[in-house]
Amino acid sequence: MSDCHSTSVASQPVIVRDKMPLVALAGQPNVGKSTLFNLLTGLNQHVGNWPGKTVERREGRFVIEGREVGIVDLPGTYSLTANSPEEVIAREFILREQPDVVIAIVDAANLERSLYLVAELIALSIPLAVILNMMDVASQEGLRIEPDVLEAALGVPVISMTATRARGIQDLYRVIQETMDGHRALTPRLPEIRADHRVVLDEISHHIAGYVPTPYPENWIALKLLEGDTEITRTMQTALPAEKWEAVYALLRQHDDALLAIASGRYEWIGRMVRAAVAHPRVGQISITNRLDRWAAHPFWGLVILAGILGLVFWLTFTIGSPVQGWLSAQVVGGLSGLMSQALAGAPFWLRSLFVDGVLGGLGAVLTFLPIMVIFFAVFGLLEDTGYMARAAFVMDNVMHLMGLHGKSFLPLFLGFGCNVPSIMGTRVIDSKPARFLTILVAPLVPCTARMAVVAFLAPAFFGSKALFVSWGLVLLSMIALVVSGALLNRFVFRGQRSSFIMEMPLYHIPNRRTIGLLVWQRSISFLKKAGTNILAMALVIWALSVLPNGNLNDSYLVQFGKWVEPVGRWMGMDWRLTVALITSFPAKENAIATLGVLFGSSPNVGLTQTLTSTFSTATALSFLVVTMLFIPCMATVAVIRQETDSWAWTLLNIALLLVISIAAGAGVYHLALAVGL
Amino acid sequence: MDNTNHFSLTELAAGDHATVMAFTFGRGVVTRLASLGFTPGALVSMIQNYGRGPLIVSVRGAQVALGRGEAAKIMVERRLE
Repeated sequence: MSDCHSTSVASQPVIVRDKMPLVALAGQPNVGKSTLFNLLTGLNQHVGNWPGKTVERREGRFVIEGREVGIVDLPGTYSLTANSPEEVIAREFILREQPDVVIAIVDAANLERSLYLVAELIALSIPLAVILNMMDVASQEGLRIEPDVLEAALGVPVISMTATRARGIQDLYRVIQETMDGHRALTPRLPEIRADHRVVLDEISHHIAGYVPTPYPENWIALKLLEGDTEITRTMQTALPAEKWEAVYALLRQHDDALLAIASGRYEWIGRMVRAAVAHPRVGQISITNRLDRWAAHPFWGLVILAGILGLVFWLTFTIGSPVQGWLSAQVVGGLSGLMSQALAGAPFWLRSLFVDGVLGGLGAVLTFLPIMVIFFAVFGLLEDTGYMARAAFVMDNVMHLMGLHGKSFLPLFLGFGCNVPSIMGTRVIDSKPARFLTILVAPLVPCTARMAVVAFLAPAFFGSKALFVSWGLVLLSMIALVVSGALLNRFVFRGQRSSFIMEMPLYHIPNRRTIGLLVWQRSISFLKKAGTNILAMALVIWALSVLPNGNLNDSYLVQFGKWVEPVGRWMGMDWRLTVALITSFPAKENAIATLGVLFGSSPNVGLTQTLTSTFSTATALSFLVVTMLFIPCMATVAVIRQETDSWAWTLLNIALLLVISIAAGAGVYHLALAVGL
Repeated sequence: MDNTNHFSLTELAAGDHATVMAFTFGRGVVTRLASLGFTPGALVSMIQNYGRGPLIVSVRGAQVALGRGEAAKIMVERRLE
């Protein structure tokens, strides 16, 4: 999927700059970077990936006094030392692309921690400006910050802002303009390094002089070597002649504690800045965050709150999303296919079927899911923006440990209740690769709304008033299957590897409508793009299989295949029709119902439920529902798994895994149900 | 060296204050901890610790969640105040 050229960030220019000035936004996570980016660009932005990386890349444009300026939102990172692809992307971009202005955003309410990145940026000798964001929160907390003093202490321009209310934007424009035009003399004050390490640093600099590849500054490379940066160490090992490397390596071995000394040096520098600029230090009051966290992060009540929120999301989906979906499906898609049938009345049968059943049928099914997706994107955007998501991850840490994962892996799985596609993409928040792959493998076991739609249709037919309990039982079963298979995979495939759980708990804050609105917009657009390409292609393949060779479904290759694999279906009490329905759930899970409608020759609205209840036993129905919940991921999910793992082997392994789990669970449930007399 | 006042971070109760002394980690984790504010000499206070599961620590004005295993490898000295 990614381009066939080099996929390393290091070897490839990322942006084409046709004389347009370029601004880069840097900042730690949770300092309001996205809010500022949205404020500057509005809808004038583009979301993609950094070349060869599964890290989101946002860029856009804005205008200052008639002059168009490009802006790139660098990934949020706590430092510039290579802990993950994000740090490498951020620093490579700054060093290679040499933006005209680098804007570092810091949280005014949490200066000490958020200035750490500034301490690293300021050492790069780049045109830097610092934004003191969230000034409103800072003053609420009783902090009085003097931007002028901070500016004098840092030696770079400082702008105070409240990005959520667009306050301070004019000052920002002015500073950007002055910096671009070189009207700002920068005299940055750099953090010092302890005297004994100063000597080592000079020695390293001496050894590497003349061997440092462009565009890296020599003193910066020396510092990163001393900090033990893995990426830079590797680069210099190849760049240096063997005997030089030996000498450097010996020095690094002797001083492997330097990292902490350097970090401490930066915090001392920050301490001086903060003491100078903050007039009234924070009073020791229990903030709202701590009070809320007594409940939201409590080992028991936190789980209750999480379950409540999830219940609420389901309720919203079914009370708002499903009716809208039904309306779209009946009126819009139904109406369109009626119109299209009329328009193509004179066309050959296969052409009409291609457009009506293939294109509209496939696209329409996916499009009708948009309302449900929008609800999910909005709710999750809201939870993310308020800071609640970190709490959800925190309280789920214990459960995730059963699978050798930790709390952070819960976030993408949580998204999976809406749709598995954003869930797989969301695994990008997990730092370690084994943990990420394990999460991807089990993520399709989270029942998405499409599967819940099939359950919502079939469960009442077969189980009447007990339908709700059956639905909850099916969700519970999926969760158990997820934890058990995760634990087994961790033990036997990933050999019990564990990554460390270190996560910032951002302060709670009032959500920003603009931020959430743009998030919903972008995610919906990217979902629609996927629907228009991958999913449409696959839907056409399935359509072709259902009409070839003679246009009659009952003779088609699809049905022939269904009959061929029927023996497997028999283990689970299913005949060839149910088996075919399952197979056609691959393009979109909810297709199962439509296929049954076609196979039984009745419309899904009337009669189908009656036909089904009279044809199949309760045991078979239960087994079919279980298999539907756990069956192979839908093709959109498969496409994303392929994209995110960058490997067909992993993708096929994932499909095989779910196939085995679903068949085993289906057969087990069927025979169990027979045994108890259902 | 007198170590009687040295604990692992997991032994602090909510409301306790301490100074970070040392880590017993590999380098990668130390880098991440340092960028979040955990360096020797940094003042930390325990926000939440229920004796099992992850805990929440306040360090340099920010709140950070740590897995129990990670917290056990951070040695601190209790500050009485």
